[in-house]
Amino acid sequence: MSSTPTVQSSSYLDAPYGVAAWLLTKDHKRIAMLYLISITIFFAVGGAFAAGIRLELLTPKGDLWTDDMYNKLFTLHGVVMIFFFLIPSIPAVLGNFLLPIMIGTKDLAFPRINLLSWYIYIAGATITLAAVFSGGLDTGWTFYTPYSSAASQTAVSTAAIGVFVTGFSSILTGLNFIVTVHRMRAPGMTWFRLPLFVWAQYATSLVMILGTPVIAITILLVFAERALHLGFFDPNRGGDPVLFQHLFWFYSHPAVYIMILPGMGVMSELVAAVSRKQVFGYSFVAFSSLAIAILGFLVWGHHLFVSSQSIYAGLVFSIITMLVAVPSAVKTFNWAATMYKGSVTWESPTYWVIGFMGLFTIGGLTGLFLATMGLDIHLTDTYFVVAHFHYIMVGGAIMAYMGGLHFWWPKMTGKMYSEAGAKASAILVFVGFNLTFFPQFVLGYMGMPRRYHAYPEEWQVLNVLSSAGASVLALGYLLPAFYFTYSIFKGAKAPANPWGAKGLEWTIPSPPPTFNFDEDPVVTEPAYNYKPGREVHVG
Amino acid sequence: MSIPFPLLPPSASSFATEMDLLYLFITAVSAFFVVLVAALVVVFAIKFRRRHPDEVGADIHGSLVLELTWTFIPFVLAMAMFVWGADVFFRLSRPPADAMEFFATGKQWMWKVQHPSGVREINELHVPLGRPIRITLGSEDVIHDFSIPAMRVKMDAVPGKLTTLWFTPTVVGTYHLFCAEYCGTKHSGMIGSVTVMQPQDYEAWIGGGVPGASPAALGEKHFTDLGCASCHKADGKGIGPNLTGIFGSTVALNGGGSVQADENYLRESIMNPQAKVVNGYPNPSPMPSFQATASEEQIMQLIAYLKTLRSTGATGGH
Repeated sequence: MSSTPTVQSSSYLDAPYGVAAWLLTKDHKRIAMLYLISITIFFAVGGAFAAGIRLELLTPKGDLWTDDMYNKLFTLHGVVMIFFFLIPSIPAVLGNFLLPIMIGTKDLAFPRINLLSWYIYIAGATITLAAVFSGGLDTGWTFYTPYSSAASQTAVSTAAIGVFVTGFSSILTGLNFIVTVHRMRAPGMTWFRLPLFVWAQYATSLVMILGTPVIAITILLVFAERALHLGFFDPNRGGDPVLFQHLFWFYSHPAVYIMILPGMGVMSELVAAVSRKQVFGYSFVAFSSLAIAILGFLVWGHHLFVSSQSIYAGLVFSIITMLVAVPSAVKTFNWAATMYKGSVTWESPTYWVIGFMGLFTIGGLTGLFLATMGLDIHLTDTYFVVAHFHYIMVGGAIMAYMGGLHFWWPKMTGKMYSEAGAKASAILVFVGFNLTFFPQFVLGYMGMPRRYHAYPEEWQVLNVLSSAGASVLALGYLLPAFYFTYSIFKGAKAPANPWGAKGLEWTIPSPPPTFNFDEDPVVTEPAYNYKPGREVHVG
Repeated sequence: MSIPFPLLPPSASSFATEMDLLYLFITAVSAFFVVLVAALVVVFAIKFRRRHPDEVGADIHGSLVLELTWTFIPFVLAMAMFVWGADVFFRLSRPPADAMEFFATGKQWMWKVQHPSGVREINELHVPLGRPIRITLGSEDVIHDFSIPAMRVKMDAVPGKLTTLWFTPTVVGTYHLFCAEYCGTKHSGMIGSVTVMQPQDYEAWIGGGVPGASPAALGEKHFTDLGCASCHKADGKGIGPNLTGIFGSTVALNGGGSVQADENYLRESIMNPQAKVVNGYPNPSPMPSFQATASEEQIMQLIAYLKTLRSTGATGGH
């Protein structure tokens, strides 16, 4: 397995076996696996809701589902994908597994709190599922008032409690990561030797602990208005419905960065590893994560350009939103420059990297259309917005998550998967994704509103293209379920460093021992210290 | 070979062309960068592909000149978009003074429209060609959004306040009207059409209007029926302030400060009289709230009436 001569500790996957040993584990790697299984289930559930949406939109008439059923489908698709898949995805799975190893320590600062955050996530998810089965939810994932607080006949209160509870899972994970990065770095692991994935997780954690309490309070206010008839947002009770939008987006716009920043971190790792080259402009990439995290808190009003918000406030939100484009562009060009004169492999992670670069670039640039105030009047609340945020969240965040999962799968499971399968999956996802969502930009400019169960006939061709793309995309996502599962039982044993990559995680066996390092590591070199002449060791 | 679907919506207002130009500008900038990034990544991945398993890349760490370049160029382009977009937005937010004034109220799940002449429509809007059309929007329940893609305009109808949008129709025809803000079960059924007619056809369609039923005339009736007139007397001797010339004036408030008397101030004063009491009048105000008694449409009509009080000058109130 490894050429290390010392006696190997048993892997984290081995002893102790048993359900209790897993459900009461304090090992960050096992908790990461618990999250992996949970969020994969929610990804499948959210995907099933999406399938329901795309099937309905094959025809202009609303003929497959009732209005209410359709409204519940898109609401639950959003709620499940955002709160129960995307937000935990990279931080809770890859971050949990890798962050302590990357900084050279045995575990997170608070292993028990780490386990608690998984249980809170499961509790929140259970409550939200209870809402699904006790009347559903039809408010859209955005819970806009006064519809959610005074009009909807669905299980809004239950779902609100579910989302409220789940938020604490994010807060605790963020807190754990921040303390771990500050206090637990191995000797010699200075801030500017940190892998960029750790920088991105750190920036994300700041957003999580600063933003999540606001959404928790906002959702609680909706609950209080609905259940206790206190007036916050309903004008009939003296409230202001637009106040809700300010509070909601104060969290939910930064939440977009909770989803994409970790993906950017994964990309920095992958680009360096597949090119075997130092990340171009390390400090610019690191600080651009912080810049995005900070600017992300100051742009929420760009969701409110047509909401009756002051036009002068709109000006400020528009210009700050434009500024977010700058650190995003800086990252993109640095990734591209990293590949210049690299030693670029054509193994499967590269496919996901290239896919991410294409889709994220389109996602980022289409954000400029929406930040442009005059143009946003025409585009807001249309399919253009739907296409844009799917390019960021699916084309960006999920593409990065899949890339990361493929890159670190051998480390996490100790098994190699089918390279052919992985390449096929990346290509299917890329093609399917573009076919699904690119037509939606055109539909949006044509004026097709979001959340429409039926639509004018002239838009059918574009909608059929989109639904056809969704089926290709679904195949692309189903494929890994097979080859990953197969790899666990029949896959070749993974060596310690199958990619010949730099980073502490590649210096320990695959899968890692329970306490990660048999000897406490001492770091003596910067991250990604690939040097010509000093050949890397694969295996 | 023709594309089996359109790429741009119909253009039927003065805003359509400039909106499309702005869209095409940003599309061109975006296309340039997408092609650039894709080309760089694909070309590098092929040109610098790994030749043997132990190969590593060149020892390059970065370049300040390049970092500044790809900071500065996106910054300048983004600022250009900001300025152009803000300019379009401000013009879309400021209806001209001579616009024809329509009222539209959103209600789950229909639009109720009233013309200046008193004619009413549901889920349809007929407008004359070439005249600026200003629509004051209200909502009776949840948030809706009045969206006409062919005119490139869209505005939320928010319960508890009044909002406006405007456009000048430039092409005769019938266009989609949508509710663009999700509003519940039949959100996608809250649709209709906007018909632009030649001015003479519009006049014929209106048929002289409905006598005594213009928004202002109805507002005058509500002013009496709801008892407003008993306190807000035109001679200034009522319990409440004289409302002649109120619209657009600056009102000094009890406790200091002042407010511009726009639609939303008037609406707030009817619904919640205690919110901003006029200086020199009892605070708390003895005026009851009309939240439960006046409908959203009645409020709009009352405001339409108050606006007409501006030009009389008979009592010299302001």
